Amino acid sequence: MFPRQFDYVAPTSLDEALQALADNPNAKVMSGGMSLIPLMKLRLFSPQLVVDIGRIPGLDGISDDGDHIAVGALVRHAQTASDPLVAANAAALAQAAAWTGDAQVRNRGTTCGALAHADIAADQPAGALACGATMVARSASGSREIAAADFFVDTLTSALNDDEILVEVRLPKAGAGEGSAYDKLGRRGGHSDYAVAGAAAWVRKANGTVAEARVALTGVGSKPTLAPAVAAAIVGTDGSADAVVAAAEHALEGVTVLEDLYGSEEYKAHLAKVYARRALTSALDAV
Amino acid sequence: MSTTSVLGGIVRRREDPALIQGTGAYVDDIKLPGELHAAFVRSPFARADITSVDASAALAMDGVRAVYTIDDVRDLGPLLAQVPVGALRPLLADGAVHHVGEAVAMVVADDRYVAQDAADAVVVEYEPREAVVTLKDSASDRVKVNDSLESNVLMSWAGPFGMEPDQIAEVKAGIDAGKARDDVVVVSQEMTNQRLIPVAIEPRAVLADYNAGYNSFNVWSSTQMPHALAGAVATMFGLPTTSVRVVAPEVGGGFGCKLNVYNDEILVAFASRHLGAPVRWTESRREAGNSTIQGRGWVATATLVGTRDGEIVGYELEGLADMGAYSQNFTVAIPFLGLFVGSGQYKMPTYWKIDCVATNTATTDAYRGAGRPEAIYYLERIIDMYAREIGLDPAEVRMKNFVPAAEFPAATSPLGFAMDTGDYATNLQALLDHYDYAGWRAEQEAARAEGRNVGIGLASYVEVCGFAPAGLADLGFSWSAYGLPTAFNGSGVVRVNPDGTATVVIGTGPSGQGHQTTWAQIVSDQLGIPFENIRVRHGDTAESPMGVGTFGSRSAAVDGSATYEAAARVREKAAKIAAHLLEASEEDIVFADGAAHVAGSPDSSVPWADIASVAYQPHKLPEGTEGGLETHVVYSPANATWPFGSHLAMVEVDADTGNVEILRYACMDDCGNVINPMIVDGQIHGGLAQGIGQALFEEAIYDEAGNLLSGSLVDYPIPTAGDLPAYELARTTTPTDINAMGVKGIGEAGTIGAAQTVVNAVVDALSPMGVRHIDMPLRPRKVWQAIQDARG
Repeated sequence: MFPRQFDYVAPTSLDEALQALADNPNAKVMSGGMSLIPLMKLRLFSPQLVVDIGRIPGLDGISDDGDHIAVGALVRHAQTASDPLVAANAAALAQAAAWTGDAQVRNRGTTCGALAHADIAADQPAGALACGATMVARSASGSREIAAADFFVDTLTSALNDDEILVEVRLPKAGAGEGSAYDKLGRRGGHSDYAVAGAAAWVRKANGTVAEARVALTGVGSKPTLAPAVAAAIVGTDGSADAVVAAAEHALEGVTVLEDLYGSEEYKAHLAKVYARRALTSALDAV
Repeated sequence: MSTTSVLGGIVRRREDPALIQGTGAYVDDIKLPGELHAAFVRSPFARADITSVDASAALAMDGVRAVYTIDDVRDLGPLLAQVPVGALRPLLADGAVHHVGEAVAMVVADDRYVAQDAADAVVVEYEPREAVVTLKDSASDRVKVNDSLESNVLMSWAGPFGMEPDQIAEVKAGIDAGKARDDVVVVSQEMTNQRLIPVAIEPRAVLADYNAGYNSFNVWSSTQMPHALAGAVATMFGLPTTSVRVVAPEVGGGFGCKLNVYNDEILVAFASRHLGAPVRWTESRREAGNSTIQGRGWVATATLVGTRDGEIVGYELEGLADMGAYSQNFTVAIPFLGLFVGSGQYKMPTYWKIDCVATNTATTDAYRGAGRPEAIYYLERIIDMYAREIGLDPAEVRMKNFVPAAEFPAATSPLGFAMDTGDYATNLQALLDHYDYAGWRAEQEAARAEGRNVGIGLASYVEVCGFAPAGLADLGFSWSAYGLPTAFNGSGVVRVNPDGTATVVIGTGPSGQGHQTTWAQIVSDQLGIPFENIRVRHGDTAESPMGVGTFGSRSAAVDGSATYEAAARVREKAAKIAAHLLEASEEDIVFADGAAHVAGSPDSSVPWADIASVAYQPHKLPEGTEGGLETHVVYSPANATWPFGSHLAMVEVDADTGNVEILRYACMDDCGNVINPMIVDGQIHGGLAQGIGQALFEEAIYDEAGNLLSGSLVDYPIPTAGDLPAYELARTTTPTDINAMGVKGIGEAGTIGAAQTVVNAVVDALSPMGVRHIDMPLRPRKVWQAIQDARG
């Protein structure tokens, strides 16, 4: 539990931080450090430079930017979990943040950090996927937007380049007839700890019919992922219990289930359907 | 026993302000000038021969002072063990490794980071060999765990205890004959009691400082047994015990895992002597899984024979217990503690046999409960299956088969052990009445009618603790290997200081049990000196009387009793002095409120400070009275004590996911008289957390090659407060007749009572689906799988 030697900088401006990343190909960004530090202490990951963005002002806010809600790079899980704007517009992400880690982790770790870390069993990636979030990545050479659906590439791998910082996640403002929810089984049972399996769902109903939907899974495969077949199956239905059960049966289409200490393939496959159903049910209830 | 407000009352823990404010010092907080840091090169293989160790690259690194291998320390010999059966652990691997994480070399460097870098740079060549990981495979002796073993089965513990093998066979034959009766059912189940990692929140840590001028060692260690560590260092380095001082400062939890002398403690002392500088090592959480002992690890089959109306005709337990690769302090003795309580609270013919089996895994030893949770788990699970089989309420089956209260004191258990006091039926009835068991069952029925899978678990337990020295020493358990002059005695020094305050010094090794508070209550009660004027010291072998440490729920009953007696003797002497000063009769002196009073003469009193002042001026004392006001008592209890109790749990299972939620958890414990109810409740809380942790979450998982897959806290989920229910506690009080205070012990009761209570509840919830048993831990995946299997 003693990391290899590394250099550390704590810039006080975003430009400085981006320049440090541009200058050092083996640098790593740290916000709350809840994921990076354990990996370094286990010597599973040894960056030459840690760029601590924790002292950069202006990144710790949640704001209403007109057509979307912006969650800054230094917004803690606890903040995401309790913020009224997030609750009103992206309830699935708020719930996922509330069930992330424990109280200490939620007070230190950041939503953007958890998204960038892209753990296969993390909660908030599922919420971001279901809510249709957009990631804003910035480097010394500019800024780009990445749809959540394109952001989670593989195990612990996001679409961010080495010289980029996830400076903001944008959540679409909720309109009429929309609702979202997240549910999971934690490794210690209930909602405690990483997800054995979990799902987030977002729906928009119009005229008594499900007009649009997104369902995302976590803990099941090699990365948090959308389950488009479930969404397709629920769209056009009345969102009844039977329709939800039928749609959830499609949860595994396009997903390769991986077993781990917490579940066999068969069990995780089963849970994917259970939580797709539960998340969809709650999202429809929230409309 | 005298009772005042302070004994038996809730007194806030003297220890807590320092712990809460961060002013207590753990080993890692103690810094010595010029100290060096150790790190270990550990084996990635469970079984391999070592063909070479090349430390040249490590030694060439800046700041590296030394790299040691077995060649440097072979002369010191292997680690000590109370029962030296099986392979003893060499201080560093000697030509071969026998479990993943075994220390192969030790690096010492200027700082911990350099030490770790250097450890990574030591090149060890291994020739891997087949490892034996599972108990049944090992017991077959298909492959030896260690070339030095004649068999992987190191020894067996069979009972009834004290019988010759042919007599034990007769008991077994009698139970077998019972199976043939046409009025009985036979219920049998193989069950696993999984291996656990103790996970003390403070990892182990040791700092050693050798003084060449005095040829002596100062050692600071996070240990439960400072005197045994001092004895071990003295023995292994060939020094008198006066040349070794061990200090156990604040110790952040032990649970048995710090009840060993470890190779790192000896090696750090060796390095300090060799390098002429203090050397420290602090265990990392990651290496703790393999370098510190684990607990449990049994696979056994319980069989119960009983009539259809609930009379138990016989009970058998046969199986294997995992010892790991090396035998350390108690290793092979742990199942023996299970034998003590193998027949639980019941009067029934009992046959019991557990084989101690080596495997290529980390060593096992005492983990909170140590053999007793395992034994009680099997018994209480099979009784539950029996009750279900014959359609009787589990409480009724237990009631019908208890050892009757009339047989106490000094009842003999069916397995041949003398039990002190007990009233099991009263205790269970108190549980059922206090918590309205009938109401719980009604609530369960209502929940089931709503389609909810709600279950109720009941389990009773006995514990044995406060171990007696003579009996155990006769069995071959002894600290003599550690150079200690005593076996399992307890001791206490009570000293009244010239200002009328009191200092109490004890030989225990607490790791959070609150001894400073409890012992002050004992002495305050005896002397009438205010609680806040009494200071209790422990953990420093230079000042504390000989004691074997804190384990086995023994401290209050053994060392506490010694202190109680020491205080009584100080009181007698003080009464003499007070009578002299007050010109009263010694028999009329009573102590209260910091002074001696003459009974019946409210105006006639002398404060403790005045008594003590005279005591330290011998010329002022009555003729024939020696100066000083201090007593040291060494105490040997005549027997162990036997706490007991019954627990109830209500759970709800989500059949869709297998998730278990504990809705209620209620206890009726009996630990004899209680000194501080808050501390006793705290001990039960902690024990329950670890028992429930075993039932639901915790498991040391090894793969086929002997790799520990759940070695980090990411994959070894210990329960947190948020994962546990709000406990409901209550007690019956059946004092022991073994010691003057009537106290039994409470450190392990929660752990011994909890696991089967939870499993019984989960199986009760799922029994309508046909689920009969699920092996712990009841993680959702297993519960769900059991439901699938039962549904076919």
